[in-house]
Amino acid sequence: MNIAIIVYVIGWVLEFEALFLSLPMFVGLYYKEYNSSLAYFIVAILCLTIGFILRRIPLKSDELYLREGFAAVAFSWLFLSVFGCFPFMITGEIPGFINALFETVSGFTTTGASILNDVEALSHASIFWRSFTHWVGGMGIFMLILTILPLAGAHGMNLMRAESPGPSVGKVLPKIKDTAIMTYAAYIGITVIGFITFLFTRMSVFEAATMIFGTVGTGGFGIYNDSVASFTPLQINVITFFMIISGINYNMYFCLMTRQFKQAFSFEEIRWYIAIIVTSTCVISYNIHHMYPTISESIRHAAFQVGSIITTSGFSTADFDKWPQFSKTILVILMFIGACAGSTGGGFKVSRLLILVKSIGKELQLIIHPNLSKRIHIDHHSLSNETLRSTNAYAAIYFILVFASVLLVGVDGFDFTTNFTAVAATLNNIGPGLELVGPTHSFDLYSNFAKCILIFDMLAGRLELFPVLILFVPGCWRKY
Amino acid sequence: MNIIVVGCGMVGYSLVEQLSSENHDIVVIDEDENRVRYITDEFDAMGVIGSGEDCKILVEAGIERTDLLIAVTDVDEKNLLCCIMAKRFENCRTIARVRNPVYSSETGFLRRELGLSMIINPEQIAANEIARIIQFPPEIKVDTFTRGRIELLSLQVAEGSFLEHATVRSIRARLNCNVLVCLVTRDEDAFIPDIDTEFLAGDNIVISALPTEANTFFLKSRIQPQRIKTVMIVGGGTTGYYLARRLTDIGIYTKIIESDTKRCEELSDMLPEAVIINGDGTDERLLLQEGISAMDAFAALTGLDEENVFLSLYAKNVSKCQTVTKINRINYTEVINKMDLDSVIFPRTLTADYIVKYARSMMNGVSSNVENIFRLENGKAEAFEFFVSEASAVTGVPIARLKLKNDLIICSITRNSQVIIPGGHDEIRVGDAVIVITTRSFFSDIKDIVNR
Repeated sequence: MNIAIIVYVIGWVLEFEALFLSLPMFVGLYYKEYNSSLAYFIVAILCLTIGFILRRIPLKSDELYLREGFAAVAFSWLFLSVFGCFPFMITGEIPGFINALFETVSGFTTTGASILNDVEALSHASIFWRSFTHWVGGMGIFMLILTILPLAGAHGMNLMRAESPGPSVGKVLPKIKDTAIMTYAAYIGITVIGFITFLFTRMSVFEAATMIFGTVGTGGFGIYNDSVASFTPLQINVITFFMIISGINYNMYFCLMTRQFKQAFSFEEIRWYIAIIVTSTCVISYNIHHMYPTISESIRHAAFQVGSIITTSGFSTADFDKWPQFSKTILVILMFIGACAGSTGGGFKVSRLLILVKSIGKELQLIIHPNLSKRIHIDHHSLSNETLRSTNAYAAIYFILVFASVLLVGVDGFDFTTNFTAVAATLNNIGPGLELVGPTHSFDLYSNFAKCILIFDMLAGRLELFPVLILFVPGCWRKY
Repeated sequence: MNIIVVGCGMVGYSLVEQLSSENHDIVVIDEDENRVRYITDEFDAMGVIGSGEDCKILVEAGIERTDLLIAVTDVDEKNLLCCIMAKRFENCRTIARVRNPVYSSETGFLRRELGLSMIINPEQIAANEIARIIQFPPEIKVDTFTRGRIELLSLQVAEGSFLEHATVRSIRARLNCNVLVCLVTRDEDAFIPDIDTEFLAGDNIVISALPTEANTFFLKSRIQPQRIKTVMIVGGGTTGYYLARRLTDIGIYTKIIESDTKRCEELSDMLPEAVIINGDGTDERLLLQEGISAMDAFAALTGLDEENVFLSLYAKNVSKCQTVTKINRINYTEVINKMDLDSVIFPRTLTADYIVKYARSMMNGVSSNVENIFRLENGKAEAFEFFVSEASAVTGVPIARLKLKNDLIICSITRNSQVIIPGGHDEIRVGDAVIVITTRSFFSDIKDIVNR
């Protein structure tokens, strides 16, 4: 393990964080919240200094193999969150280190689970920072850093692999740097278009900015206590639209940008993703139609909630905890499906589900024709055994982690639905669960121990398990 | 530049290694997923798994935006087919590796008919390099044109040597050999000399000559103290064959030791002047019996790298000969360089170097009329090889009567496999390959050499 290079990479991450922290500082200055501005300024300077020092520690070698890549990404996200939570503590808006860390991790991992009962009491700077962490975490900090990080050869690929979601991470352009630039161009493009559209629906500039960060980052931190329920129907529909397109594999946007229209609309994963959204929306609309005066209102709530849960944003327009059991069951299942690979969303990913379903089909075929030779195809490409194996392993680890977390969180003594959905909502980076952690409640009720478990789940979920788990393998730290 | 490399073997690896360090956008294609991953894990390149002749795969690799496709799989026909497929998309230049000696004499024809930019033959490149090592002292640098028929030799004029204060006229008069001095570099400044330019100590000069004439020139001018007269080659593979053919062409006594009886018969068929010994090259008694201790040079060219190393070490032990060792596969360059082996050649890096040179000149906007290009003297001058495909103002007229531009020299004409070192009365004809050296601008066509 080349620890020096991990330290170097963390140095870069902190430099970037200093840049990010300067944004809420200016927001604070604009709203004349000088105390908050000062807090963000102090932490920004701290990040800048520490980052500067870490980057100047001499490297013995610049080798960055897969394990260094994984460890560097896991640690970077931890450092990012730890430094990102300091402003909350300095201003005293969120008391306690664990609480502040929970809120920040929830922000960067685009979970949107909050321990705050009164969001509106926060300063504008802090509300902005909470939402902005979603935007940074959505596409990933390394995707951004790789646009300028001077790393030789394919080393950057090991960082990208660790951070980007999906069963197989590839490049869309030959160079890592170009791939990163292209991806961020699409990301910024969607953000800007969304921001302008939000302004057109008569949101204020502050509302539009914070909401678009939470929407395209598929985060879910609301800026009001009732999440997005107080927005107009038009605004809600626009948010639904932008949430759903943010959960689409960014390869599609790359194809659109390079004018490969035919290919752009032929991704199997995206078709399934849309199909799942449409079906769930129809079923839930029918199931809840008696609760709302008009059909269009029930469709609006159903579409918003389905979009919000499957993209793992976690906004809410209605207290879906009060919906019929059948609708709630669908939402919990959607929590586990998650968005497309290569998007800003979390969860298990539609493409993994697709692979698993197809391999189940293959297993059944093998009983009928024991000597059958069959490869699994996605998008007209046969899957390598490597991808298949790692998807199966991912599924196994994923469910073991779910049950282990439910067990550990269970020591606090809350009911099973609360615990189970709390774990599902954090591991899948959604935000609200059901019952006591439902959309109108917060995670404040859990003990610090349970919060730490949930923080771990959020990070593990965002980084797709392996980068976080590898840190606990002793062999990872040996030199040989 | 956007480059596709088809085939992730050893040459492919070396190519990507060099090209990616020059910041090109590289996509590699191979049917073997592991070989693709081996390259993409190490270098900043994108991998596509599939066959390079498959149009769909080429499109997936982004052939529409590609400037150069290099096909270096193990199969010649596959490489050629792959390049033809790439021709479906405009603007893409192609380089194919073709190693079968059956095609080697027709590469020019194949290249033009199939519209390729370049055909490379790794074994031939390796053989040329070995021949250079055997023929010339290490201070002479050699660039080979027209598939080894013509060479540009660059060397420094030493103080007190024959060349100091000589002119082209005096060299021709006193040595009676047909060499042409094409370029002189003096104090960081490169210029084309005329017949009465006097060479000074410290000048770097580039000479164009036929291989045999070059040998005579170096011997008579005493730049090379002794002549290699006898060479023993162990391993009669393709490289061995090319090497032997070159050496026998310039009258060197060549002995090949090859274990495969059938191959020996083939070799003796193709190389009537060489001595072919059918036997095990690792047999000490056989080597001694065939006079290894009396050889001037020894080339270990078997398919096994370890065997080559040991053979050369043994040869050095029992004789005073110069040894050349071919290393195909193994990577431990540092260890190999520490051993007491005179010269070691790595065919895959040689091939990659050759292609990278072409890619570099392509970046400088050289048109596809140019068959070959070399940068001379660190880019102060360039040597272009043109194929004359049609009649024009420059054809059919004696060179003395052409109004040639300044700062260029025609250093050779190849006609029907015969090389002419041109004088004023020679003329360029349709079908010739012409090499021009210039210190000034780039040319895109042979017609550009005259003033309009």
